[in-house]
Amino acid sequence: MNYWNFYLIKLKRGVSVVPKTMELKQGTEMFQILNENGEINDGQQAPDLSDDELKDMYAWMLKIRTFDGRAIKLNRQGRLGFYAPMAGQEACQIASMAALKKSDWLFPSYRDMGTAMYHGFPVEQVFLYSRGQINGMKVPEDVNMFPPQIIIAGHVPHCAGAGWAYRLRDEDKVAISFFGDGATSEGDFHEGLNFAAVYDANSIFFCQNNQYAISVPLSKQMRSETIAQKAIAYGIHGIQVDGNDALAVYQATKEAADRARKGEGPTLIEAVTYRFGPHTMAGDDPGRYRTKEEEQEWTNKDPLVRFRKYLESKGLWNDEEEERVKEEILNEMNEAIKKVEKMPKGTVEELIDDTYTNIPPILQKQKEEYVRWKEEK
Amino acid sequence: MATMTLIKAINDAMRVEMERDENVVVLGEDVGVNGGVFRATEGLYQTFGEKRSFDTPLAESGIIGASIGLATMGFKPVAEIQFAGFIYECMDQISTQAARLSFRSGGRFNVPLTIRIPYGGGVKTPEMHSDSLEALFLHSPGVKVVVPSNPYDAKGLLISAIRDEDPVMFYEPMKLYRSVKGEVPEEAYTVPIGKANVVQEGSDVTLIAYGAMVPMAQKAAEKAEKERGVKAEVIDLRTISPLDLETIIGSVEKTGRAVVIHEAAQTGGVGAEIVARINEEAILSLEAPVQRVTGFDTPYPPSAIEDEWLPTPERICAGIYKTLDF
Ligand SMILES: Cc1ncc(C[n+]2csc(CCOP(=O)(O)OP(=O)(O)O)c2C)c(N)n1
Ligand SMILES: [Mg+2]
Repeated sequence: MNYWNFYLIKLKRGVSVVPKTMELKQGTEMFQILNENGEINDGQQAPDLSDDELKDMYAWMLKIRTFDGRAIKLNRQGRLGFYAPMAGQEACQIASMAALKKSDWLFPSYRDMGTAMYHGFPVEQVFLYSRGQINGMKVPEDVNMFPPQIIIAGHVPHCAGAGWAYRLRDEDKVAISFFGDGATSEGDFHEGLNFAAVYDANSIFFCQNNQYAISVPLSKQMRSETIAQKAIAYGIHGIQVDGNDALAVYQATKEAADRARKGEGPTLIEAVTYRFGPHTMAGDDPGRYRTKEEEQEWTNKDPLVRFRKYLESKGLWNDEEEERVKEEILNEMNEAIKKVEKMPKGTVEELIDDTYTNIPPILQKQKEEYVRWKEEK
Repeated sequence: MATMTLIKAINDAMRVEMERDENVVVLGEDVGVNGGVFRATEGLYQTFGEKRSFDTPLAESGIIGASIGLATMGFKPVAEIQFAGFIYECMDQISTQAARLSFRSGGRFNVPLTIRIPYGGGVKTPEMHSDSLEALFLHSPGVKVVVPSNPYDAKGLLISAIRDEDPVMFYEPMKLYRSVKGEVPEEAYTVPIGKANVVQEGSDVTLIAYGAMVPMAQKAAEKAEKERGVKAEVIDLRTISPLDLETIIGSVEKTGRAVVIHEAAQTGGVGAEIVARINEEAILSLEAPVQRVTGFDTPYPPSAIEDEWLPTPERICAGIYKTLDF
């Protein structure tokens, strides 16, 4: 179906404005505002963001990039455990969340600590989670976020359900889930998108297409031309954006959120990007499945470089600011790691307490017997 | 004979079977070019090519469902589910589909499918990667469940699994992948499914374990001997379904005491089935109630707590002494 037919269907369902991303062929044409040199493409315009907002967005991307480098070091020193690098995907993670509100709900995956921290998940918490200490996934009460998802696509239906809840109550809220290209092969992805479509849920499905699911390239994952075009089959909005272009990611997410809030249904966003690092720090070697040339190609598309050039062209950024942001996050990480290293790792009794809302007698007995044994030995 | 790790023995089993039978194919996430996230399928893609080794889409239900199709059409798929925590994703295809096809078709179809699953704790994974989810399939009539504890058994059991006419779940203890080495013949050989192994003879108490809990039970046996002069018999189940009752009951009749050890949560676990069988068949030989030393009835813990959560020689000894002091 071409864009216009699709648009007409949407018109019948009551869509009144033609948003920027709708001017593209649905699902197969990539939306880009900033080109690789940090210039606005002909015929495009920057989203409606103040200078401070633009600076804040870049500062966060830089924070995440810096965080990533240091986290990898901490992992190598044995001070952090499980860690999935996110360098290369900062525009995806920050510019999308920047288009949402604190009252919106986030459903992240293991690689999306950038989205989580932007939404208010403390650095300390990220470390506890990585180190496998107790309560690493206990999200603070004032942060609207699910614990990071490990089961690929397991949270996609949750995001559909949350968005459905907001629709049912006509709440001004959006649910967003982050997942990878590989996740689109799972049944949960299909079921989640279809549910969201059927119930016009206030949901955004944000796919970070970083080209690989561990070692498996997208070409082995599917035969569709794009991931975004899958939206057409579900009867929802689908847009492919340049995931290394913060402005495009922001604009696409903003439009998706606006539509969702108005009851115009969910959106699938495919952000085309690349992970610079290994899959996780647990022994993955990208050299086994990616070429150096390919990696270099993507380094040239670095989302930070491009965005910084843009800010510099507007006189909004300089080396001093760059250093200040880096130092700030490194200090925060230093404090946090020292703090969590002193925090308790947790006990079996505490795990038992958290398993049910009210502990059943048989489990209570198991706990008491174990505690008694520990005390006696 | 060559000395090799457990993971190498597994790799070897697939290699010799792929050489022997062109219908044997391997499939799963990252098993091809990358050789698997643990390198279990290392080199198979390079040796046998892309028509024998498949990097599948990321979809466990698809992997098993499609394997059923392949298996009924003459292939012998060896499918990998990357970590046991993801087995729920394809549980319908295993327990409802693969396990029942023979039953549903009055024996017309069988499903010669092997499902390899790295499982178990002690290796500091993120959540949902270390669970012991084998009892689910003890409770699924129609599939077999096998768990090796050393390289020799791993190769022989996997070859048996690949040659088996029915679906076999092959659980690989991650903790032992590279931490144990042993002599393994270079050629193909089988270790029979459904036959337990008495790894250590004794007269006072029977310790029943599988996978990574076998070396743990042996450590406990040593400790109990030192502390209280206990002579423990250690049984490595090797197969959880079908259970080798003859070996279990025979041993309990001799010792009069038993402790079952597994990593999985206690309630509804493999231990529960074994205790029931012992009660049914050997209750008059028992000097004390059979003890279970297991994980707790919680999901698998975050990695910093796993060593406390998993059975230890200390906890196993406490179980042994309970049977002695009854
Ligand atoms: C249900 C399930 N199957 C397999 C895995 C193992 N696994 C973890 S990440 C991953 C690849 C995910 O790829 P993608 O969705 O593209 O996300 P990315 O890691 O590239 O961000 C796999 C196979 C898992 N965690 N959950
Ligand atoms: Mg990916």
